[in-house]
Amino acid sequence: MSKKEFTITVYTENQIGILNRIAIIFSRRKINVESLNTSPTEVDSVHRFTIVINETEDVVKKLCRQIEKQVEVLKAYYNTEDEIVWQELALYKVPTDIIATEVKVERLLRENGAHTVVIRKDYTVFAVAGHREETEALIKVLEPYGLIEFVRSGRVAILKGSSDFHDRLKEFEKQEPGEDVVENEFLSENEKVFSM
Amino acid sequence: METLELQTVKEPNKPVSQLSGSRAVLEAFVAEGVDTIFGYPGGAIMPIYDALYDYHDQLKHILVRHEQGAIHGAQGYARVSGRTGVVFATSGPGATNLVTGLADAMIDSTPVVCVTGQVFAHLLGTDAFQETDVINITTPVTKWNYQVTDASEIPAVLAKAFYIAGSGRPGPVLIDITKNAQLQLFDYAGYTKCDHIRSYRPKPIVRKEYVEAAAKMINAAEKPFVIFGQGVILGKAEKEFLQFIEKAGIPAAWTIMGMSAIPTEHPLAVGMLGMHGNYGPNVLTNECDVLIAIGMRFDDRVTGRLDKYAKQAKVIHFDIDPAEIDKNVKASIGVWGDCKETLPMLTQLLEQKVYPQWLKKFNDFKKQEEEICIVPEMNPTGDILSMAEVINLLNELSKGEAVIVTDVGQHQMVTCRYAKYKTSKSNITSGGLGTMGFALPAAIGASFGDTSRAIVAVIGDGGFQMTIQELGTIMQSEAEVKIMILNNQFLGMVRQWQQLFHDKRYSFVDIASPDYVQVAKGYRIPGQKVEKRENLKEAIQTMLEHKGSYLLEIMVGKEDNVFPMVPQGCSVSEIRLK
Repeated sequence: MSKKEFTITVYTENQIGILNRIAIIFSRRKINVESLNTSPTEVDSVHRFTIVINETEDVVKKLCRQIEKQVEVLKAYYNTEDEIVWQELALYKVPTDIIATEVKVERLLRENGAHTVVIRKDYTVFAVAGHREETEALIKVLEPYGLIEFVRSGRVAILKGSSDFHDRLKEFEKQEPGEDVVENEFLSENEKVFSM
Repeated sequence: METLELQTVKEPNKPVSQLSGSRAVLEAFVAEGVDTIFGYPGGAIMPIYDALYDYHDQLKHILVRHEQGAIHGAQGYARVSGRTGVVFATSGPGATNLVTGLADAMIDSTPVVCVTGQVFAHLLGTDAFQETDVINITTPVTKWNYQVTDASEIPAVLAKAFYIAGSGRPGPVLIDITKNAQLQLFDYAGYTKCDHIRSYRPKPIVRKEYVEAAAKMINAAEKPFVIFGQGVILGKAEKEFLQFIEKAGIPAAWTIMGMSAIPTEHPLAVGMLGMHGNYGPNVLTNECDVLIAIGMRFDDRVTGRLDKYAKQAKVIHFDIDPAEIDKNVKASIGVWGDCKETLPMLTQLLEQKVYPQWLKKFNDFKKQEEEICIVPEMNPTGDILSMAEVINLLNELSKGEAVIVTDVGQHQMVTCRYAKYKTSKSNITSGGLGTMGFALPAAIGASFGDTSRAIVAVIGDGGFQMTIQELGTIMQSEAEVKIMILNNQFLGMVRQWQQLFHDKRYSFVDIASPDYVQVAKGYRIPGQKVEKRENLKEAIQTMLEHKGSYLLEIMVGKEDNVFPMVPQGCSVSEIRLK
């Protein structure tokens, strides 16, 4: 079985520490995580992890079972690229004078579907959402014109076959509301708290 | 009890009662039926210990000599009783000293709840005195852990802790409670046990069609073989298991963790699997046509080389943990579920059968093993005692009724090979993690978990010196533990490997011992040293009859090896008898 790219989607409780519990499942087995994104879902107490790794299906299946074994994990799925719709967001910082003077750059930006986020006297920030190849292609294009900084987000993915997901999630939450996260409210109040 | 006065105030908006976080912890313990706590106090857990002062008539506290002793004690308690063991430790070093025991309990699926003290919440992350990130240190070695920073969380969090530790595939849970939460008063509305967490499914739903498919495969088998692990004991399914193998007539072998689930002398019991297991079950794993695994996880010490493991057989795997199915050995049929439920379903669908020819094969291998290994080991020709004859005498004198706790190494393998058991939960050992130093504290814990049976700790001279300080716990708590040190003056198992695989380059395995009898005497534990065969029987008898703890140091052959052995990297059928 050969390695290929898999996108793992994990639904979890919104609790502190679950990120670490999931992350060490990969690091313990010396598996590199290509990209990781956590986000809320449409339901307050449920969080969603999108993890991209390169592995064999056999390994991915086992990883998902280990993830699901965690007390605070609701469900873990794995999918190949053809089963999901996905995007990554990239930001590019470029000197403004070049954009202003080099027409070619402007056209290339348009061709790559970039839009302007910020224009300042000294620099401009463009954003592109798309697949890895697309965001990477623009780096190459901008490099000769003095790309100052580049950053790309983790992948977000939506499962093609998830017809009644939203309703099921809502129903689940309605039946049994999740618990609120208890954060350390004392942390910023050092001086007010009595200590021995 | 002068603990808390529950003001049953009826008016709305008034608190039911004000309780400190510390007391809420102890109330939780009482409500969960905890009777014994293994622990060690320290700065960050002082409020809980202060509250404990008032609970001493309900909660017995065993003061250990090192936190590792506390958690191994709780493990021994849990393993012998089937109940959750409980531990207290302070922050920082107190908590880090628990890590070995947590890892041990994790890999051996032992239900333990540890409560650790933590620095004040406002000091978290400031490198405060005795502050350490216990939650992150223990995440890989706990089934669940949680940090409490507010007292009002305590009842619900502890209820979750006990539920998670004891349900499904059991495991250790650690609750870290900051000192402010221990001191804080909050409105206490009573303790409610937890029986459900929405994201946690301890018992997978049993799919009947898989049980049916398994039954069909077993009924059609000609050489079926059952291998089982601790799942049978943890599922309290010993009776259901026996009914299954007896109806199906299938020979059954155990992993080290499954040992004692069925009587060792049962006609269908064919012995132990694995690296130092019995000859027949190892060889015939590679000859059976249907291999039925129940509540076991195909550890590498059981399977040997995986790509040569039971390749001819169809594998049926029963386990409560879905992550175990197909993890190491691909199953033809995986049956998820609690074996207490799945086994009766299976048994019902099975035909009453016997396999005399197949069973004879096991017996033929047993005869060979007896001739080459067992008989010579039991009856050494020289004056020097062998471990095997010691265990054999122990069986005879304890009538197979004692709980035997072993440490890790040669003595462990010999004990597991030769010990005879009649009742379940009689073999307590560190199976998965192989923790030297486990036996003495685990035996202490076991003595509190089951006061009706003799607890015999069989320990090597290496492992004993790792947690020797727990003799102090025995002295103070008046635990009744019979300690048998099998002293071969070596770290024997490592030496055996050095002899066999490293050209006898005995690198740092020659370990010196103190005068154990004198050491024990210092702790007011009587004992004696035995070097001669003629004194052995009487010495074991004296030890077993003595009221209270007793230490027996037995000098055994320095360079004896444990055989049979599946050399590392070899298939189970390549097991060597010498």
